[in-house]
Amino acid sequence: MITVRLTVNGQPRTATVEPRRLLSDLLRHDLGLTGTHVGCEHGVCGACTILWDGQAVRSCLALAGQAEGAAITTVEGLSPADGSLSVLQQAFRDAHALQCGYCTPGMLATLTEFLAETPDPTEDQLRHALSGNLCRCTGYQHIVDAALLAAKRLREARP
Amino acid sequence: MKPAPFDWHVPDSLDAALALKAALGEEARFIAGGQSLIPAMNFRMAQPAALIDLSRLPALAGITTEPDGGLTIGAMTRHRTVEHHPHPLLSEAMAEVAHPQIRARGTLGGNLAHADPASEMPAVMLALDASFDLRRAGGTRRLPAADFFLAPLTTALEPDEMLAAIRIPPLPPGTGTAFLELARRQGDYAMMGVAVVLTRAADRVASARLAFLSAGPTPMLAPRAAAALVGAGPDAFADAAETAAQEIDPMGSVQASIPYQRHLARVLARRALALAWGRAA
Amino acid sequence: MSSFGKPLTRNEDPRLLRGEALFVDDVTPAGLLHAAFLRSPHAHAHIRAVDVAAARARPGVQAVILAEDLGTYWQPGPLLVPPPPIPGIIFNQRCQVPLARGIVRHVGEPIAMVVADSRYIAEDAVGDIDVTYETLDAVGDLEAALEPGSPLVHADLGTNLAAEARQARGDYAAARARAYHIIRRRFAYDRGASIPMETRGVVAEWDRRADRLTIWDTTQAPVVIRNGLAAMLGLSERQVRVVAPNIGGGFGPKMMMFYPEEVLVPWAAMRLGRPVKWIEDRLEHFTATTHERLQIHEAEMALDAEGRILGVRDEFLHDTGAYDPYGLTVPINSQCTLLGCYHVPAYDSRFRAVFTNRTLVTPYRGAGRQHGVFVMERLLDAAARELGLDRVEIRRRNLIPPDAFPYDQGIIYQDFTRLSYDSGNYAPILEKARAAIGYDEFLAEEQPAARAAGRALGLGIVCYVEGTGIGPYEGARVQVQSSGRVSLATGIGSQGQGHGTAFAQIVAEQLGVDARMVDVVTGDTDQFQWGVGTFASRGAVVAGSATHEAALAVRAKILKTAADHFECAEADLVLADGAVHIDGVPERRITLGALAGLANPMRGAVAPGTEPGLEATRYFGPASGATAAGVHAMIIEVDAETMRPTIRRYVVVHDCGTVINPLILAGQIQGGVAQGIGNAFFEKLAWDDQGQLLNATLADYLIPTALDVPRMELDHTVTPSPLNPLGVKGAGEAGAIPVGALFAQALEDALDLPARGVEINEMPLSPCRLWEIASGG
Repeated sequence: MITVRLTVNGQPRTATVEPRRLLSDLLRHDLGLTGTHVGCEHGVCGACTILWDGQAVRSCLALAGQAEGAAITTVEGLSPADGSLSVLQQAFRDAHALQCGYCTPGMLATLTEFLAETPDPTEDQLRHALSGNLCRCTGYQHIVDAALLAAKRLREARP
Repeated sequence: MKPAPFDWHVPDSLDAALALKAALGEEARFIAGGQSLIPAMNFRMAQPAALIDLSRLPALAGITTEPDGGLTIGAMTRHRTVEHHPHPLLSEAMAEVAHPQIRARGTLGGNLAHADPASEMPAVMLALDASFDLRRAGGTRRLPAADFFLAPLTTALEPDEMLAAIRIPPLPPGTGTAFLELARRQGDYAMMGVAVVLTRAADRVASARLAFLSAGPTPMLAPRAAAALVGAGPDAFADAAETAAQEIDPMGSVQASIPYQRHLARVLARRALALAWGRAA
Repeated sequence: MSSFGKPLTRNEDPRLLRGEALFVDDVTPAGLLHAAFLRSPHAHAHIRAVDVAAARARPGVQAVILAEDLGTYWQPGPLLVPPPPIPGIIFNQRCQVPLARGIVRHVGEPIAMVVADSRYIAEDAVGDIDVTYETLDAVGDLEAALEPGSPLVHADLGTNLAAEARQARGDYAAARARAYHIIRRRFAYDRGASIPMETRGVVAEWDRRADRLTIWDTTQAPVVIRNGLAAMLGLSERQVRVVAPNIGGGFGPKMMMFYPEEVLVPWAAMRLGRPVKWIEDRLEHFTATTHERLQIHEAEMALDAEGRILGVRDEFLHDTGAYDPYGLTVPINSQCTLLGCYHVPAYDSRFRAVFTNRTLVTPYRGAGRQHGVFVMERLLDAAARELGLDRVEIRRRNLIPPDAFPYDQGIIYQDFTRLSYDSGNYAPILEKARAAIGYDEFLAEEQPAARAAGRALGLGIVCYVEGTGIGPYEGARVQVQSSGRVSLATGIGSQGQGHGTAFAQIVAEQLGVDARMVDVVTGDTDQFQWGVGTFASRGAVVAGSATHEAALAVRAKILKTAADHFECAEADLVLADGAVHIDGVPERRITLGALAGLANPMRGAVAPGTEPGLEATRYFGPASGATAAGVHAMIIEVDAETMRPTIRRYVVVHDCGTVINPLILAGQIQGGVAQGIGNAFFEKLAWDDQGQLLNATLADYLIPTALDVPRMELDHTVTPSPLNPLGVKGAGEAGAIPVGALFAQALEDALDLPARGVEINEMPLSPCRLWEIASGG
């Protein structure tokens, strides 16, 4: 067993697990953060995407020990503490960008990093950025709409 | 799809890492970003008894520009770092490697040591005539990229060796590069891909290197096509592409038959040569 | 105030967006154990020996279960859909078993179940199990399977024929004899997997003291699962609660019931006295969850000189996989949907369903309709070409006219009733799509200019019908709570269709409340215990209609209770903004919550026959399904060297009757089209000749990404259904149905293949396959 110390959603967390524990399982089951979902465990679907030191990363392709000292943000950490929706989440709702909601936390993580780097993206840039997150329900159009809407609202909110 | 059990080692120095590998032998593997190793372990296609984590060795990461204009890239340099470097071929090819989420964790050294013949960077290394520093506890040897890739997922690394650094020679004046691949979807392993480095003298090709991916058991150079281009102009590109398509040894896949792969090689090589020619100053 | 028909954003979204919504793998009762399965690596083999000693001895392993350990619990699964009442039908029933006993018939068939302290240890133990197989030749090719001497999937049957059914009406032979032109083609449509982002999963917890079993299951049919498992486990229905919480995509294969894992996990939980969880991993999903799609058609169409259809004859083979518990739903859908939007005076369709050593085939979004549409639309395209007719014109000439409804098709549909189209008006749909895609301009200017510039640009336009909203029934219970919120419970489950919003809008319309005040529970048998399931595009139609009826009944109770309270006439009352008031006297007002309190007195007497509260339960069972219809059109460009296509424009015009929520409807159409694009151009299950699946990963089985699905332009027409009070028709599968036919036509057009004597009569395609076809291969 190894003991891993990391920061998750701004809080110091500790877990004692087998070295082979995947980060996705550590987050979901050892730390109880079930908002991150698992879709393939081979790094293709993107459902498990979280932010690792601010970068979107697949948590199913990381072992527990690799996350020692990392600052991880999951969908729970992307959600305002008062129970409301963030600008990006609200845009998803307004544009009907989720149906079953299973891929959504991964989409939010990817877009959080992307929109911070590219605050005024074209549709084509957005679709490229989203191409590593699979969705089987929406056909992506409303997700693109939501991302464009969120980008616009974030730009307008900037002082 | 959970990995089989293994022992986890986190050496705090390069020497410690090399000593561990020498002691544990072939049952132990270095883990860099894990973006190729971990999926293989999740499928239980790889079941190493021990993993040696290289992520706490900052000396292994980073890109240094040498006095001659060439680059030394530490093996643990993340793909994203390479992608943002101004080297035209490295950055252009790196943008096709999987997705940003993979490139955030994956490393150049890890990708090269994994030696998937469908990977982009091994072919790029051949096109650039790169060489690799292979370190063991006793010392370092330098190997040209062309001698490093032996078979699918098999390299010249000895059981106690680590790929420590990649040396990229400087691009001569008048050189243009191009990278083209055709994958079914963005970020997928390509059905065919080519990296071209072409040096121009006025309106003639002074030298060229073409390296293909998904074109055989290892990345494949096309030396006859390259030789045929020397002293020629753009009107020779189509024939050179045809020659290259015959030099490679594609193995076919679920997505592409062998004849179709050769067809793509011909098309992509022709297009890449034209691109590189246009970019050569 | 009413949001019915409006693009209301969803009630479900906040919890899903914040990562707070419950999915099956989020359920973790105390003491939870984890299951993993040893699955057959062979498509067809005798099991000679199974050694589980090492597995049982591994620390952390609680049980290793084989078929022999199940005793009388081991039995083939129930037949879910009996054969339809078609005269002369042959049906050979062979259902899946919980664990293989002596023989395995497809890769992925479970042989042993390991229960351990963690999934990690369970997988370790699976690796400890040693099985001695004697491999047998695998059956894969449908035509070879029916030849004498073929290996047999079920040796006791003596044949690989699972079923044979013929439906005919009119006189095709006569039609053929007098035809001006005959088109005859062979079509092949291949298998696909549904690949929802969430795989299957089951958690079961047996509470010995409460004498109750709780099962969380990714099923689309919680009530039927509850009833079946209770019976199998020797429990009463009231002892079993099945919860289908949030489900990460269903698409049909989660409507298959009594999968081995579903049957075993609750049994193990009861036996071991501890909760057990099994979550399917993606590798398992490729062979353990059902597929759909492989059919081979030999079809013929007889036409007159004006291109009017005189008759169609179709003979096809349908791959049902190793077992056929789902009966003949898929091939019957193919048989019926082939008739499409058209008047087909004579029809003769015969199919043979064939057992193969492959994963089972059960409905997946479209459920066989794709094949019928592909055959009909391809025949019409060939006919148009050979007769020198425009492809839109030949369709227009054959459309069923708007005054012909209800239109009796004269054959049996998947709901066992005589197929009848309830309502429809097809010519305006075709015309809208034609105009939207710019058909005339494209043919006259855009395409010639592109061709002159050496670009391969093509257009496709195809029509389809979608039989929706079939019975038998669904139910709904609406109740006004004393808080003023309204609760709705129904027996179907939800996998992302937005029932929590669309049904709320139906209730809100009748009760004068904000749809945000309606709390919808689906998929919990403790909350509503009668129903069938979410499939065949029937949720909004059947459960929605039941909801409407229940809401109407509650509305009546509200008015009666308020009239008694105010001592006025019901006609004087206004129901709005969550309250009732006397018309013109706004201060005489009572909130629904307060009224609910009045309707449930704790003291005093009530009139005999009074029901407490403001609650009603209603059931709705349509006499037959409602027929939706639509047209898809697309402009596509192909890189003529690499054969890589780019969709330039995509238009959908759909008629699903009354629209409850246009935002949700758009999402359903777009998602369906994405799966259609996947099936047309990206998704192919590649088997070798020994039944091994070669591409069982998401890196090798390709579902479309955001770069592969175009922006779509949606429009609709409305022909309400007379078969239900809301006039709605289903829309869940519409996006997926015609896309194969669309791609075939558009790609032929882009590459001008017919001019070279080449046609596309197969699905799926790919750049490689397109290159082979275009090269004459």
